[in-house]
Amino acid sequence: MHDVARQERSAIRKAVKQAERPSQRRAFLLAVPLLAFLILAFVMPIALLLFTSVTNPETKSVIPNTVALLQSWDGKAAPGEEIYAALADELRTAQANRTAAMLGKRLNYELPGMRSRVVATARAVTTDPHAPYREKFIGLDPAWGDPALWQVIKRNGSSLTPYYLMTAVDLEKTPDGAIQKVKGDQAIFIGILGRTLFIAALVTLATLLLGYPVAYVLTIAPAAVASIMMLMVLLPLWTSLLVRTTAWVVLLQSDGIINDILMGLGLIAHKAQLIFTRLGTVIAMTHIQLPFTILPIYSVMRSIPPTHLRAARSLGASPFSAFWRVYAPQTLPGVVAGSLITFILSLGYYITPALVGGPGDQMVSNFISFFINRDLNWGLASALGVVLLTVTLSIYFLFLRLVGADKLKLG
Amino acid sequence: MWLPSYATPTERFFRTLVVFFSFAVLVFLIAPLFVIVPLSFSADPFFTFPVPKYSLRWYYDFFSNERWITGIINSTITAVLTTILATTLGTMAALGLASPHFPWRRAVMAILISPMIIPIVIVAVGSYLFYGPIGLTNTRLGLVLAHTALATPFVVITVTATLSTYDTNLSRAALSLGAPPLNTFLVVTLPNIITGIISGAIFAFATSFDEVVVALFLTGAEQRTLPVQMFSGIRDQINPTIMAAATILLALSIGLFVALTLLTRKKTD
Repeated sequence: MHDVARQERSAIRKAVKQAERPSQRRAFLLAVPLLAFLILAFVMPIALLLFTSVTNPETKSVIPNTVALLQSWDGKAAPGEEIYAALADELRTAQANRTAAMLGKRLNYELPGMRSRVVATARAVTTDPHAPYREKFIGLDPAWGDPALWQVIKRNGSSLTPYYLMTAVDLEKTPDGAIQKVKGDQAIFIGILGRTLFIAALVTLATLLLGYPVAYVLTIAPAAVASIMMLMVLLPLWTSLLVRTTAWVVLLQSDGIINDILMGLGLIAHKAQLIFTRLGTVIAMTHIQLPFTILPIYSVMRSIPPTHLRAARSLGASPFSAFWRVYAPQTLPGVVAGSLITFILSLGYYITPALVGGPGDQMVSNFISFFINRDLNWGLASALGVVLLTVTLSIYFLFLRLVGADKLKLG
Repeated sequence: MWLPSYATPTERFFRTLVVFFSFAVLVFLIAPLFVIVPLSFSADPFFTFPVPKYSLRWYYDFFSNERWITGIINSTITAVLTTILATTLGTMAALGLASPHFPWRRAVMAILISPMIIPIVIVAVGSYLFYGPIGLTNTRLGLVLAHTALATPFVVITVTATLSTYDTNLSRAALSLGAPPLNTFLVVTLPNIITGIISGAIFAFATSFDEVVVALFLTGAEQRTLPVQMFSGIRDQINPTIMAAATILLALSIGLFVALTLLTRKKTD
């Protein structure tokens, strides 16, 4: 009896599903153009960035025979004459094709001095193309006799490399292949990531402290006042980020208005350095992010019935405990949404630290841009991008789990 | 005012404190936007307050400099093309997403929104690496494509929000009375959601017009946009002509904001 009913029910469910399929397909087809567009113009560029962080074409394309021969090298003592001869031959070709500098630059990342060594040797074997090469190489530079150098070349024979990603988190490979932490002043990238997370956390906290009361007053103010207040929250959101940053560059100048006011009030005796400082950066970023934190909190607060507070008070709660135990917990979803949005967006700041911050306040994005534009080290720039993307996406997933993509609203 | 009648004196005190604090925060939000305005009208090249003498010399500088004019023209063309593309693609996707039968809605939504979340430098570098070999760097097309990707989430969000208040029975009535689907959309659905679409278009326009980082990576001298011109100006040496440019951008933002506010108010009436 029951079984029959269950079978019928599942048959009905199946039929309903089948009937829905055409409209399902129609709905999906409407989203296909945008999805296809985003895959082409947005996802593929980011995929290429991920790929650039592990790709390693230089060594294999310039000295293919040398790396092939090195595969059978035992790695203990300097290799034999045939490998030197192969390298000399390929360096001659590289010299003619002007690719020796590219190879030298790539090897130089992992072994300082390789750039000039490769370029000088390529020139030498071109002007004097006679064997034996082993003595000639070592005579030019004793480092050519060091097995560690050949280890680096051998390691770079494969077309993929973990080098950039490891550098981006301050790790390196020792000549025998073990992974260790980079020591000394080369180990900067974990510090930059930590600084980025710290600044983003500071900005999130500041927007929360400033924004929470504003969101609350928005809910209790008379309608006319509240709508003017709302305009004051939304207008900055609408103003170009560059304009807001420009305003802070002007305000924070040594001869700027903030210094004038502070001196006028007698709060400081000398002009304070505000521009190109961490404090200035955090203030400007807080100003820019504040509306992003306020809006989600406000939209949650608005849905809390005022009767809850009244009930708590009439049942004998003090004003403070009524707020803390009845009201505040209900605002938590808004606080979480606002903080996560501000934290995620703060991680990716580039313009504001570049214009308002000093050298010690530059965030991961600024270094990515630096390695692309100044150092022309695309691999390392991409690897830093991978690190930033990983951190951002993990917090985005947290946001999706806790809040949901459809809760994102604009004003 | 703003207080329940049973409030104690301490509560009154704290409430007043919170209200004053909030007003101070709002001043902090608004005031910095407007410091640039008087400076752009100053006769002095220094950023001093109060402004000693007013003049239009920096605006004269701005409008007689070819670089700034090219910047404005480039920004406008890029933003208009971006708006058309993003609004079309975003509205279609939002119409699909509004259907109760849309498969994997959460996942698709998460992907469509992601351009708002991914750090802008990553988008810029990725586009730079990807568009370079196919000849799209230093072209307007490349910039428009990248900006469209950044702008579509805003269109999807605003149109989806409008569609959530649209009564789908209207479309069903039109269809059952024999109207073809396209006519149903144009005559019945579109007039009901047009405010949402226009809001989305305004968002898309502003996104493209204000964008700096992707434009920095993807444009050459010929496609330089107004914000890129401003950014390099501030980096080299900040001067009052930049204040004039910033004031013009601020005026544009306020204009778009007013348009949007009027539009959404009409809808709720």
